[in-house]
Amino acid sequence: MSQVLHTPPPATAPADDDLAALAARHGLTVSGARPTLPEYVRQLWARRHFITAFATAKLTAQYSQAKLGQVWQVMTPLLNAAVYYFIFGLLLQTKKGVPDYVPFLVTGVFVWTFTQSSIMAGTRAISGNLGLVRALHFPRAALPLSFCLQQLQQLLFSMAALAVILLCFGVPVAVSWVLAVPALVLQFTFNAGIAMIMARLGAKTPDLAQLMPFLLRTWMYVSGVMWSIDNLVASHNDLPSWVGPVLQANPAAVYIDLMRFALIDSFHASQLPPHVWAVAAGWALLAGAGGFIYFWKAEETYGRG
Amino acid sequence: MADTTSEKIPTVVADGVDIVYRVNGTGAGRGSATAALNRIVRRRQTEKAAGVRRVHAVKNVSFAAYKGEAIGLIGTNGSGKSTLLKAVAGLLPVERGRIYTNGQPSLLGVNAALMNDLTGERNVHLGGLAMGMSREQVKERYQEIVDFSGINDKGDFITLPMRTYSSGMAARLRFSIAAAKDHDVLLIDEALATGDRSFQKRSEARIRELRKHAGTVFLVSHNNKSIRDTCDRVLWLERGELRMDGPTADVLKEYEAFTNGKK
Repeated sequence: MSQVLHTPPPATAPADDDLAALAARHGLTVSGARPTLPEYVRQLWARRHFITAFATAKLTAQYSQAKLGQVWQVMTPLLNAAVYYFIFGLLLQTKKGVPDYVPFLVTGVFVWTFTQSSIMAGTRAISGNLGLVRALHFPRAALPLSFCLQQLQQLLFSMAALAVILLCFGVPVAVSWVLAVPALVLQFTFNAGIAMIMARLGAKTPDLAQLMPFLLRTWMYVSGVMWSIDNLVASHNDLPSWVGPVLQANPAAVYIDLMRFALIDSFHASQLPPHVWAVAAGWALLAGAGGFIYFWKAEETYGRG
Repeated sequence: MADTTSEKIPTVVADGVDIVYRVNGTGAGRGSATAALNRIVRRRQTEKAAGVRRVHAVKNVSFAAYKGEAIGLIGTNGSGKSTLLKAVAGLLPVERGRIYTNGQPSLLGVNAALMNDLTGERNVHLGGLAMGMSREQVKERYQEIVDFSGINDKGDFITLPMRTYSSGMAARLRFSIAAAKDHDVLLIDEALATGDRSFQKRSEARIRELRKHAGTVFLVSHNNKSIRDTCDRVLWLERGELRMDGPTADVLKEYEAFTNGKK
């Protein structure tokens, strides 16, 4: 390769400071720089159709190879609920003292699964889609948001199954079912916020995806998915006084209890922690806004291996 | 062309650009698990000792591209051409230096956004939206994209999942989706060699059309003929360094001498 070493330096390449000045003179902007927060929100809004289309596409693609196809959207949550009922309802007899245990359990499992899979999907949102991040230009928050939206759509299928289960177990249709909507909106905001935080952490440390299932399972067991926090606190007087409020302020427990309160008539307002809507909204706001800003702060770094 | 630089409008300016990839888990010797643990425990050590390999893909590259230019990027495999293109598109962060652009340069390609399990029809919509087209624009261009790809020439294939397509059909559909949008600065990474002969002719015509609308076109290719046909200026990258920058004929002559000399 020695024959080209004498190649003359290109005549058109000026010195480095000239290039910067040239760019400045013509109003060129730095490629791949992070946009301001309002600009970022605007870009994200402009991509809203992509976000929804990507979520729906992912959801549809999930079962497209299965013979039963989209029936699995409803079958999977039902089977999940059946397994949990077998273990916690029949084998371990956790249902002691909880009226309507099956609706109680199934609601808990579905609502928890929504948070769990949103966070898992968020953790892999950037690290698992590097091809997309490196090939196309779009606000990266579209990815974690899209995955959360996919989980929300999945939950809506589960909720349809849940409605059938509730009716089968004799839970009457009530006006309070409407409350499920604000509860879901708050939970979605919370999930999206945590998913964005995890997306940034997962982009830097992909190992988190291996660790998260264990953290999430621990979180599930303290969130009162299969048992009633209210009963536990009431029946164990020897517990330190802070245990009850701490267990009840857990965002996952808050969203699960709100959904139970909305859907199950034997789950009374007295079983809810005080100021439950304020707590639910507070968590949603804190995680949603905080997660979004945290994610945006590293926008220009996503895509490096 | 050096005399007229002051009058021309620059669209892409690269100023001393360095790009470095970091690859985890390349710790040499036995037990990369211990190396990984080491990395976590002793955070302050050098990256090399921690088993992180740095791949210096692009080294101190400077150039200015102007409106109306079609620039070819050549170099042997692994010389950093595609990496440089991605950095210009703002998709890879630079280690040192700056890349200034006028507007948002876009890579021609949507492969990553498409899903094999979905029908061609859904993929056209998804790909269009992923490139930043609005829903109305996608609807408007839909028929055009399908016709251009020629997917439906042999029957109604657009409503079948993409995984059932032959590799040529899939490549044609991908190119058709990607080429449906007009861009300010267009970056093309060896996209000309897809499909059969008749489709290649159509693609070349479409690229020329895109060039007319785009301010500046960058083309990465190993096909010296397509570089000669489309580009009037060529950047030659070798091992991440800018070896030569000049009119197509001059650079290609040197490059061909270089590649033939190696044999």
